[in-house]
Amino acid sequence: MSLKEKLVSSFLAFENNIDIDSPVHDIRSEAIKTFETNGFPSKKEEAWKYTSLNSVLKHDYSVFPKQENALEYKDIKKYFIHDIDTYKIIFIDGKYSSHLSQTTHDGIDVCLMSSALNKPKYRLIIENYFNKIAAKDSLASLNTAFSSEGAYIHIPKNKLVEKPIQIIHFSTGNEAALMLQPRNLIVVDENSHVQIIERHQSLTDNPVLTNSVTEIFANKRAIVDYYKVQNDNKNASLIDSTYVNQKDQSHCLVHTFSFGGKLTRNNLNFYQNGERMDSTMKGITIIGDKQHVDHNTLVHHIEPNCESHQDYKGIFADSSTGVFNGKVVVDKLAQKTNAFQSNNNILLSDKASINTKPQLEIFADDVKCSHGCTIGQLDESALFYMKQRGIPEKEARALLMYAFSNNVLGSVKIPELKQRITKIIADKLGVNIGFDL
Amino acid sequence: MLQIKDLHASVEDKTILRGINLEVKAGEVHAIMGPNGSGKSTLASVIAGKEEYEVDKGEILLNEEDLEELAAEERAHKGIFLSFQYPVEIPGVSVTNFIKTAINATRKAKGLADMPAKDMLKMIREKSEMLEIDRKFLSRSLNVGFSGGEKKRNEIFQMAMLEPKLAILDETDSGLDIDALRIVANGVNKLKSKDNAVVVITHYQRLLDYIVPDFVHVLLDGRIVKSGGPELAHELEEKGYDWIKEEVDA
Repeated sequence: MSLKEKLVSSFLAFENNIDIDSPVHDIRSEAIKTFETNGFPSKKEEAWKYTSLNSVLKHDYSVFPKQENALEYKDIKKYFIHDIDTYKIIFIDGKYSSHLSQTTHDGIDVCLMSSALNKPKYRLIIENYFNKIAAKDSLASLNTAFSSEGAYIHIPKNKLVEKPIQIIHFSTGNEAALMLQPRNLIVVDENSHVQIIERHQSLTDNPVLTNSVTEIFANKRAIVDYYKVQNDNKNASLIDSTYVNQKDQSHCLVHTFSFGGKLTRNNLNFYQNGERMDSTMKGITIIGDKQHVDHNTLVHHIEPNCESHQDYKGIFADSSTGVFNGKVVVDKLAQKTNAFQSNNNILLSDKASINTKPQLEIFADDVKCSHGCTIGQLDESALFYMKQRGIPEKEARALLMYAFSNNVLGSVKIPELKQRITKIIADKLGVNIGFDL
Repeated sequence: MLQIKDLHASVEDKTILRGINLEVKAGEVHAIMGPNGSGKSTLASVIAGKEEYEVDKGEILLNEEDLEELAAEERAHKGIFLSFQYPVEIPGVSVTNFIKTAINATRKAKGLADMPAKDMLKMIREKSEMLEIDRKFLSRSLNVGFSGGEKKRNEIFQMAMLEPKLAILDETDSGLDIDALRIVANGVNKLKSKDNAVVVITHYQRLLDYIVPDFVHVLLDGRIVKSGGPELAHELEEKGYDWIKEEVDA
């Protein structure tokens, strides 16, 4: 039985286990039909031209978490930002882990999607926001059909959430192969501010496929800072679809740090439903072996006087492959839009490759849009400069790559996270130069 | 200290140096002057070991050791320092981290352990004070957004930290206003000793008012065509290079 058949046939059993009155019942039923009709995307589709899922779909994944597996904090501490106080929403093999988590209902809701979907007090938010901006494509639909667990974060208006929120999905390897479908909903009301760090971490080399969907609503003047740390094991693959809906004067930043995993696909979509706002997407990708990372971004400028900034850097070694497909749509109404996009890549081997494609669709006439992509090797004059100061070739190269990628980190607002990412980058590049960490 | 014998060098099959002979002894300051395109910067790059330059003939000896087979970093470890005419920008690496890396790489090459952090900080403080460098400057990304003067001062700061045997200053005066020039020149003068040597490459006499050379050489079309004392620099400032060209042609 193919993975598609397995998923479709297990849908009924899944629905039987949950409350039939749930307002999302119809949404789920509709979604599974979409998935059944379309199946997993293939390279024939334009959006998947350079990314094949074949190698990750061949495993016989368990599609429902069976039991709660326990993990000791001390064994997995290194995957946390642990030197500062944070809220934590932690999952182990798809099940919520209460003993590793630190949630809250004190003025804000930092809790579970399963509660939000079932408890009446969250019903209004679910009705207003759930599945309102997620795409109706087959993978997001598949997630919607099985959506039952994930992070639910609701920040009412005028709240500055002082502690960052960490969402971490661990997989223990207790299943021979595991498929996870976390579903996150984040609603940030007027004038509120939140910082979120998301991570997927498998603890063994058993195959894991995560098909994650996150919907983020930034209402008026909200500030949302979202960080995705993708440094997973070599047989873990991630399809992340994140949708951000912004209102007037909001600021949203999404940083995506892609270092690990077998195959990673990031669908990152911004919809600017308001004026004078700004959307920022930054990414650092450093991969090797046969790793594959695909960034597929969209910014839809709908109303006037807004900005978007995209800055993605990639370093590709060995036989690794990368894709950057950045689409910017500027509607006719969206005058005075400033949209910037840049994608710079370094290929370290003849076998590494990157496909980069800016896609601008501009229907307004008074806008500033720029895009640039580069694919290159390291700057020889910079290498000579460093060698002249006594730094050996290998270290000089590493340091230059570090400098190239590290440039993106200036906008990371959580110092402890910035240090952590800096360290991962330095380790990844073999730079050991006594940084002030 | 430095001996250059009949050096011929080319880049991309274009011959630039056509038989340079030069001897620089410890404790000396030499100035190399010449018009644009005469080969001054090429000479500096060849001594420092830039790979694009091909040595076609002749040799460069540092303390009697032939440098030909040595990579740029190995030459640096032997004590050659080149202050660049156009220092490169390295975003994300601070001045402090860069110089620490350079110093410890050199120490490692000599089989020494990393310099203790305390000593490093003390040295950084001393040398930056000597060059009137603001502490904030040290935490900025290397050369990124630096003015021309700041870049050159940063070069001399690195020179002060690395304590080279042979320092080659390539057009260090360009882009400097008179105050910066004085600070940079003072720095170089303080670093001078009987054990090291300085080669100043410059267009103009200006810098040589502050760093007074023992010898002045005129480089023309890839050859040293005239050598003299400091008075030669003044003569060049007054009369330009044409009279030397005429002398050579005659």
